[in-house]
Amino acid sequence: MNKKRDQISVEANGHRELPPNVLLRVHHLVKHFPITKGIFWRKQVGAVQAVSDISFDVRRGETLGLVGESGCGKSTTARCVLRLLQPTSGEVLYRGEGITEDANAPTEIVDIASANKEVLRLLRRDMQIVFQDPFASLNPRMTVAAIVAEPLVVHGIGNRSDRVDRVKELLQVVGLNPEHTNRYPHEFSGGQRQRIGVARALALNPSFMVLDEPVSALDVSIQAQVLNLMEDLQTEFGLTYLFIAHDLSVVRHMADRVAVMYLGKIAELADRDTLYERPMHPYSHALLSAVPIPDPEVERRRRRILLEGDIPSPVNPPSGCRFHTRCPLAQAPGVCSEEVPELREIEPEHWVACHFPEVKKII
Amino acid sequence: MAEPLLQVRDLRTYFTTHEGVVRAVDGVNFTIHKGEKFGVVGESGCGKSVCALSVMRLIERPAGEVVTGEILFHGVDLLGLTEEEMRFVRGGQIAMIFQDPMTALNPVYTIGNQLMETIMLHQRVGKNEAFDIAVQGLDDVHIPNAKQRMGDFPHQLSGGMRQRVMIAMALSCNPDLLIADEPTTALDVTTQAQILELMHELTEGRDTAVMLITHDLGVVAGFCDRIQVMYAGRLVETGTADEVFFEGKHPYTAGLLGSMTRMDEVRTERLFSIRGAPPSLINPPRGCRFRPRCDFADPEVCKKTPRLRELSQDHYVACHFAPNLDLRRVRKVEKEPAA
Repeated sequence: MNKKRDQISVEANGHRELPPNVLLRVHHLVKHFPITKGIFWRKQVGAVQAVSDISFDVRRGETLGLVGESGCGKSTTARCVLRLLQPTSGEVLYRGEGITEDANAPTEIVDIASANKEVLRLLRRDMQIVFQDPFASLNPRMTVAAIVAEPLVVHGIGNRSDRVDRVKELLQVVGLNPEHTNRYPHEFSGGQRQRIGVARALALNPSFMVLDEPVSALDVSIQAQVLNLMEDLQTEFGLTYLFIAHDLSVVRHMADRVAVMYLGKIAELADRDTLYERPMHPYSHALLSAVPIPDPEVERRRRRILLEGDIPSPVNPPSGCRFHTRCPLAQAPGVCSEEVPELREIEPEHWVACHFPEVKKII
Repeated sequence: MAEPLLQVRDLRTYFTTHEGVVRAVDGVNFTIHKGEKFGVVGESGCGKSVCALSVMRLIERPAGEVVTGEILFHGVDLLGLTEEEMRFVRGGQIAMIFQDPMTALNPVYTIGNQLMETIMLHQRVGKNEAFDIAVQGLDDVHIPNAKQRMGDFPHQLSGGMRQRVMIAMALSCNPDLLIADEPTTALDVTTQAQILELMHELTEGRDTAVMLITHDLGVVAGFCDRIQVMYAGRLVETGTADEVFFEGKHPYTAGLLGSMTRMDEVRTERLFSIRGAPPSLINPPRGCRFRPRCDFADPEVCKKTPRLRELSQDHYVACHFAPNLDLRRVRKVEKEPAA
């Protein structure tokens, strides 16, 4: 059934359309990493099904939170969206506006998954990423000035003195001292390094930014500073964020809509308050109930839903609903272990992939 | 209150580096009572782990050294014991679990082998008996097919399972004190909930005291009876969980709580954030170490080191102005008025 739909969407590729408020559409995205055996005759013996057929929209100016536990495919999704990884199949449609100054720039909707190098290069001006580990994502041998100016150099923007001015401006924007341009990354603390990463991402005036666990490596008091900075930048520059995190309390603070992923699939997608206050997927229930709340009184009152066992391997995911092996509501053997639940819009703007969804108040 | 189990008095642990002497722990006092769940919270580099390692006498010399202090465990100063005597305390009476169970377990021995080693060292039992105790231990931490799993190597287990093995190993000799250094930081939230529940269940049954070290205020809120907040190698505030969360009097405690995002709370305008970053411990600020980041600091008064002052039984704060500061602007957690 799914195959059929894929064909239709491929056929309809001739003219692509997106609703006016949608900036990016992920359509049946699949990413498998092959597992090979042998040295001379490498043959594929299996695949890690990191992302299996997910679809979602990112709307202009919003923050879409992508949450899930390690190995659920959230980072792989982000990398496929930016085509840092080549998706196995599926489309990533992006509205290529704001980069039209160039003569052969794409002015309309582009499929990032199949775009050629030239188009991709232009698109990348418009989409940037901030990584999790501020210690690994900055080259230790480059000065701050060189790091922040690198995107400008790569895309041939401005001359040397323009770039120096732009770097100083960017450092100011992210709350660093513009006099520190000649320092090296090791001279900064974790929070400051993350600010350098943000400045670099901002250098080309992007309209879309992937934030891949941007504060998980930082201490609580520093986290708040960086989160505030990201919010300020979003307001100031009208940025659209894809915010990836495993910390559900941070996502509640940052995101407008939230998608919960489990084992390469989206389990539930809804706007922020709906998801936290009226979650419907049993995995969302368990996930929300597991998050500790810094308040002893609330903690005493809460009842946790404890899941059995560990996440199954994505090499050999369970049949039917991928969550059925650990689900407290699953009816196995039965529909849960046999049929893959579709992501259905159960109420307006509330999408759930479960055969037996039910609203449960967790917090 | 129950009788004290561990009393730490004026502990100072320094490390010598190329840049100078790092005063990682600089004059810390605390007491853990029998069967109590005691939380130590603070940001990275505040000295919470070094405190635990000092208690276990695991500070590596000559780089690091416990300079002064007393660590009384059952009334005996651990710092005065010989290395041989300490071996029987470690693992036998005080056990420790670490953040990363993969590095804490030996990759070339089976988990059964490692469990039995601990048991045979501390309990004077034969191999067969040790095997049975080990299987029982794995069963207690809810590892399915415990007998078969005894032959597994650490890499064959998931992160959560490894941490369960560590807990089984730590509790195999019925210690009086379990030191857990960020036991769930490397785990996913659902696994974290499982492990915390397990630790609660097992220590409650055996009346084992727990010293839980973490940076996550949410974890201590659910797990601990008493909490101690550390900052830059010193104690900032200590009290029962409710006192610290609802009546915290130190600007740092309040700031930390204010800057946390809460899942049960709709977004307020902006998060409160503590400005700046923690100081270097080679050359810390004179007097109150929080002074450069504190909104309430007085340039003269705060140059003196604040003493730990008693506000009520168990509730101590190291601030010159406590309890007279108005921290409402900063703190987010408010106790609901009794209905």
